[in-house]
Amino acid sequence: MSLPTTIAPPFDEAELVAKAKAGDSGAFSDLVEHYERRVFRMAKQITQNEEDAEDVLQETFLKAYSHLEDFQGNSKFYTWLVRIAVNEALMKLRKRRSDKTVPLDDPIDTGEDVVVREIAVWDDDPEQKYSREELGEILNEAIQSLKPAYRTVFVLRDIEELSIEETSEALGLSISAVKSRLLRARLQLREKLTRQFRRKGDDALAYL
Amino acid sequence: MLTCKQFLQELSDFLDESVDPALRAEVERHVNQCPNCWVVCDTARKTLKVFKGMDAHAVPEHVQRKLLSALEKAIADKKGVDASPPVGH
Repeated sequence: MSLPTTIAPPFDEAELVAKAKAGDSGAFSDLVEHYERRVFRMAKQITQNEEDAEDVLQETFLKAYSHLEDFQGNSKFYTWLVRIAVNEALMKLRKRRSDKTVPLDDPIDTGEDVVVREIAVWDDDPEQKYSREELGEILNEAIQSLKPAYRTVFVLRDIEELSIEETSEALGLSISAVKSRLLRARLQLREKLTRQFRRKGDDALAYL
Repeated sequence: MLTCKQFLQELSDFLDESVDPALRAEVERHVNQCPNCWVVCDTARKTLKVFKGMDAHAVPEHVQRKLLSALEKAIADKKGVDASPPVGH
């Protein structure tokens, strides 16, 4: 084993942001390069539409660039970027919905959606049983079935792996609202996936 | 002992390992004694695991090109504004 001859400089978000704010456009390009994949994935998950996600990606970085002076550094740059991207993505969703009367970010909380219907153990590891493409499709379909308000929280917390606090900051929601939506999202996805991955011949009665 | 409903309310925090030790012990006790909740807990944990394994695909080249040229334009515009003489003097 040989040691690499050149070592890439470590990614220092704060330093790149400071440089970008001082007018170094190369530093801003480095930030774009570092975060574009994640912003694009997040946009695709929330909008569930490739074309919208492309627009969201572009708008997010353009807005971030033009409002760079407004970024105070109280949060991580990435959390700030996520907040811009989520707003852009939700705007896209609103435009596509014919029914604009129900606000996307305010689910009607009846408490009835904390339910468990499917109780069955899963077959072997789904990652072994399905190809990456097949599994990707199953997961996308499951995410798509969530209400946007739940989907957004789930995508930020469980796919982008933001903390509860960062998710709450990025979405402008209280910690308890994030937690309650997250629980619902996770339980609903568990239901969907259990229908798909349950061990054949197994049923709830076996456990009652 | 926790009821199934109480267990369900704590499930998310339990999976995130953000419950205090006393409550954690209570949740574990329930899970170990209630076969249904054991299954729910196990499949919820697997649900999170399978989503965490999702790839972030590379941004397609044509999208990246579009983004870069839009940014270049924004950068040029900003520099143009900064370089222009102050108005009113």
